[in-house]
Amino acid sequence: MEPLLTAGIRQPNSFSLDTYVKRGGYQALKKSLGMTPDAVIDAVKASGLRGRGGAGFPTGLKWQFVDKKSPKPKYICCNADESEPGTFKDHLLMERNPHLLFEGCLIGCFAIAAKITYIYIRGEFWHVQEILEAELAKARAAGYLGKNIMGTGFDCEIYVHRGAGAYEAGEETALIESLEGKRAQPRLKPPFPAVEGLYGCPTAVNNVETLCNVPLIIERGADWFAKVGPEKNGGPKLFCVSGHVKKPGTFEAPMDVSLKDLIYDDKFAGGIRGGHKLKCVIPGGSSVPVLMPNEIDIPASFDAIAKAGSLLGSAGIIVMDETTCMVWAAENLLHFYRHESCGKCTPCREGAAWLHNILGKIERGDGQMKDLDLLLSISNNILGKTLCAFGDAAATPVLSTVKLFRAEYEAHIKEGKCTVPAPWRSSGARVGAAH
Amino acid sequence: MDYGRGRHKSARQLPEEGPAFVYTAERRAKLEDICTRYPTEQRKSAILAAIYLAQEQQGYLTRNAMRHVAEVIGCTPADVEDVVSFYTMFYTRPVGRHVLQVCRTLSCALMGAERVTEELTKVLGIKPGETDKAGEFTLLEVECLGACDRAPVVGVNDHWHECQAPDAARALVEGLRSKGAASLTGCHLKVEK
Repeated sequence: MEPLLTAGIRQPNSFSLDTYVKRGGYQALKKSLGMTPDAVIDAVKASGLRGRGGAGFPTGLKWQFVDKKSPKPKYICCNADESEPGTFKDHLLMERNPHLLFEGCLIGCFAIAAKITYIYIRGEFWHVQEILEAELAKARAAGYLGKNIMGTGFDCEIYVHRGAGAYEAGEETALIESLEGKRAQPRLKPPFPAVEGLYGCPTAVNNVETLCNVPLIIERGADWFAKVGPEKNGGPKLFCVSGHVKKPGTFEAPMDVSLKDLIYDDKFAGGIRGGHKLKCVIPGGSSVPVLMPNEIDIPASFDAIAKAGSLLGSAGIIVMDETTCMVWAAENLLHFYRHESCGKCTPCREGAAWLHNILGKIERGDGQMKDLDLLLSISNNILGKTLCAFGDAAATPVLSTVKLFRAEYEAHIKEGKCTVPAPWRSSGARVGAAH
Repeated sequence: MDYGRGRHKSARQLPEEGPAFVYTAERRAKLEDICTRYPTEQRKSAILAAIYLAQEQQGYLTRNAMRHVAEVIGCTPADVEDVVSFYTMFYTRPVGRHVLQVCRTLSCALMGAERVTEELTKVLGIKPGETDKAGEFTLLEVECLGACDRAPVVGVNDHWHECQAPDAARALVEGLRSKGAASLTGCHLKVEK
């Protein structure tokens, strides 16, 4: 299939307004503005577009839930706080194809009767923010943004809002809190953002890649979109492959592509580096369960990966070869969750730190056999007991690695040291101090 | 910032009082412009931008700076400190001219990020979380920067240095000393791969 989301992104000035308009850009917006807002929502619903941020919730439904009759203003918050370890697709889209995102935002605003989109971009995407600001100014000057867009009487603005370093800001209600000038901590749901979101107004929070798919649906039709890839998993998808592969990168494919091909095929990541063997794969960003080599010959779709016991999540595929110690990998991830836990819910705040301490002890060779049961018990006491999915995300790497690699944990404890010390790891004790 | 293993949170240093702080006219105007993006009664939405501007002006945040931010935004100093202490990109202590932020999360770690930190520690003679005596470099370990395909990634102030081989740490440090940001490889600087 020809690339659509990533069309022409390797060409010079792929990000500029001129290039985008030459490629037929903003025609979907023009078409949408000739439709009724309900017809736009119906098209997105019929296309079956599922959110690309992680949860895979149908975008059309999300928009339909926005209370259009409310007298309050409505908002779209574009979630560009891409922080899930192993995920870097939105970064690419914004860096190389920002107008596709703007067009998606504008169509979304038209559909839910919003006048403003805030693109909440993570603080560390310094250069991406500059590109967005510069291209927004060009779009505004060309009449694609602001008052009376394309002479249709539709007014809409897009603003970039820069975050300041918080993984939790990627959770939709935490994002809203952060946008309101507070700590990025999640809210109790319901009410969902569609009813009470930004400033207490009806709000749709959509991922960058999700919004980038909207112009394609309008331009080519919902039927076309639904037929790209497997049933209920339609549309082009970006996959981010990183870790021990020959050619790490972002690849566009329909979701009938197999997870195995994404890792091994020369069109994609090109196989495991240095003649090593595959040990395991995290298919959807660090928060999802690990898959073993014999489980990856499946379509990389939301439904197929869920059936295999994991999640497509944000499609951040992290590949590990046999030189990887799984206790170390779990400790590395729990350091992340410990550091990024927003601290609102006790099970997550205290649990992630506790899990990280125990994993560190086992990795250093100071573990005891009873620690394994303690790991499972703590993890099970975090699962489902927090306001947002972060708690589950923190417990998952532990539950999944203890289940699949228990022998490796036991070997660490018996031998009193790391049994798989790779040359690419630090030579001595861990260099960094805990945060 | 790094508070050290095993130390209770109550051992945290409070931000310094610092010298008197007022935004420069330019920065104040920039902030007022950013405030127009939000509904007038929601000025607090601009708090992150306001803190960034204060940090840009002074290098790090002091209590006086936070008080000024509070006045300008129209909230309490406690509100500002609440936000400052939550987000990782705000500094409450002086940092070096080059802040090296080594991504330590899984995809970068799999490609040797631990060794990058180790080499930088050797070359600079400082541990993660520290700044050298000359105030030239600060070394930090940070969590996923979102460029895992070009691992290991080192953030240098507001640029990315990508595909950093561990044994090139000395070259990175020397390049920054002689040529500044121009010595960085960040693919985004070229846009094309």
